[in-house]
Amino acid sequence: MTGDYNFAYLDEQTKRMIRRTLLKALAIPGYQVPFGGREMPLAYGWGTGGIQVTASVIGPRDVLKVIDQGADDTTNAVSIRRFFERVADVATTEKTTDATIIQTRHRVPEANLVEGQILVYQVPQPEPLRRLEPRETETRKMHAYGEYGLMQVKLYEDIAQFGHIATTYDYPVIVNGRYLTAPSPIPKFDNPKMQDNPAIQLFGAGREKRIYAIPPYTTVKSLDFDDHPFTVQRWDGACALCGATDSYLDEVVLDDRGKRMFVCSDTDYCGQRRAAGHVGEQPDMDDALEPEAR
Amino acid sequence: MTTVSATRPERMTRASAAVRKPLLKVEGLNKSFGRTVACRNIDFTLYPGEVIGIVGESGSGKSTLLNCLSGRLAPDAGSIAYDLRRGSEDAPLVDILTLSEPERRMLMRTDWGFVHQNPRDGLRMAVSAGGNIGERPMAIGARHYGDIRREAEDWLARVEIDIDRIDDKPRVFSGGMQQRLQIARNLVTRPRLVFMDEPTGGLDVSVQARLLDLLRGLVRDLGIAAVVVTHDLAVVRLLADRLMVMWRGDVVEAGLTDQVLDDPHHPYTQLLVSSVLQA
Repeated sequence: MTGDYNFAYLDEQTKRMIRRTLLKALAIPGYQVPFGGREMPLAYGWGTGGIQVTASVIGPRDVLKVIDQGADDTTNAVSIRRFFERVADVATTEKTTDATIIQTRHRVPEANLVEGQILVYQVPQPEPLRRLEPRETETRKMHAYGEYGLMQVKLYEDIAQFGHIATTYDYPVIVNGRYLTAPSPIPKFDNPKMQDNPAIQLFGAGREKRIYAIPPYTTVKSLDFDDHPFTVQRWDGACALCGATDSYLDEVVLDDRGKRMFVCSDTDYCGQRRAAGHVGEQPDMDDALEPEAR
Repeated sequence: MTTVSATRPERMTRASAAVRKPLLKVEGLNKSFGRTVACRNIDFTLYPGEVIGIVGESGSGKSTLLNCLSGRLAPDAGSIAYDLRRGSEDAPLVDILTLSEPERRMLMRTDWGFVHQNPRDGLRMAVSAGGNIGERPMAIGARHYGDIRREAEDWLARVEIDIDRIDDKPRVFSGGMQQRLQIARNLVTRPRLVFMDEPTGGLDVSVQARLLDLLRGLVRDLGIAAVVVTHDLAVVRLLADRLMVMWRGDVVEAGLTDQVLDDPHHPYTQLLVSSVLQA
């Protein structure tokens, strides 16, 4: 550990406060608990809420994985991982299965999580009703009395306008049959993974200063209509690198003449598959792109 | 005027047939803001299917009274008893001030309606017409898109809005259409009591006439009781069975609409009636 900072950057009193908030959040699944969010050494919107939650639950023997849009090697993921390497001196990994704490922005890893793992979400807007009802006093009452008809109006508008529920990320869920909850801007592809997940799922919103949680093995139901049931995205193609058809695929534009490819958004999952011998249609594209990307 | 008097006998028979339990019973309602008394000792009874008009000049306390009645404002004293039909048909009236907040909010969006003077206060301007009508059914558990959609279409037809406009946002509607949409949005859950605050305010006279005609038809067809606050005597003449005249926080005169308007007793009512230009 470096001598410059307390272990994991935050002072012990703050971590204690956040842990208490986390316990309350776990006791009331899906309920947004206010907490005294601290200024972090990075801007709001870059994961200050998630970092504070991670800093409060991390211990010296933990193994940390940080992903951003599923990738381990994007700016946000790299800098947060380096931050904890420096202030907590913990081991880090890119392997989902090796990690004890996974801080994530916008994805749930493809690999199944197990008991004992903690998934920390970075949340920009914890209030799913905010765009529909601007008053905080009113949304609190709506949560308190379970008045969630308004969220359904949003989905109605989607179908009226597009013919199907066009919300594809931050798709509203009901946690434990009670609280309407924002799953953070993960694609709705990941919503089913939240259901009955053996891992602890913690959500931190730094700017809005709210923490909420989904304990292991909790019901997480995505809202829908009887005649327009919830469905996840599907792709026609497979991952160009590893050939996976069951993972969330990113579309990558290759040139200005319409060439494109689909690749797994979860880099660890894709790498594991390739190591195991799975091959997609353009397996060498990754190497060709490397020099430019780096 | 002739059409009004033609419907009158029918109304009277309805009123006399309804000598059962009152729907709403207000007793000793008081509300003041500091030293300003807005409502003083208001008593009245409203029977199912009956429309009561409250008229008075600006600042006479009529809007405060309406806000107290609809649970949007807490009165200083008095009781507002409503027939919740809990358990059996002849369950006693319940003072809505004793209800918990979730119960009152539930009442507000199922059994009651509130038509605002400005449709912007009563509509969600960023949500399509269909969504506005569907909000109440969805709030009480409707989860079948097709059914909600059909109901919205049905109600648009009832308030004479073109069904093609179902996916348009209310902000592209004219004032009269917005007001009709607001009425549809309130009536979709078949409320038994609707509060209206100047439902025709801000509309030109021909649109007003159409809206009043529509309202009268809907109220009669569905047997809705209504409390209509207005300063427009023509509105109460057309809509209301009974009339209360408010002046400086007091009800100075009450009775059958035609009786009060044709033979006003209180000096203020006389002034009010004589102030209207006879067309």
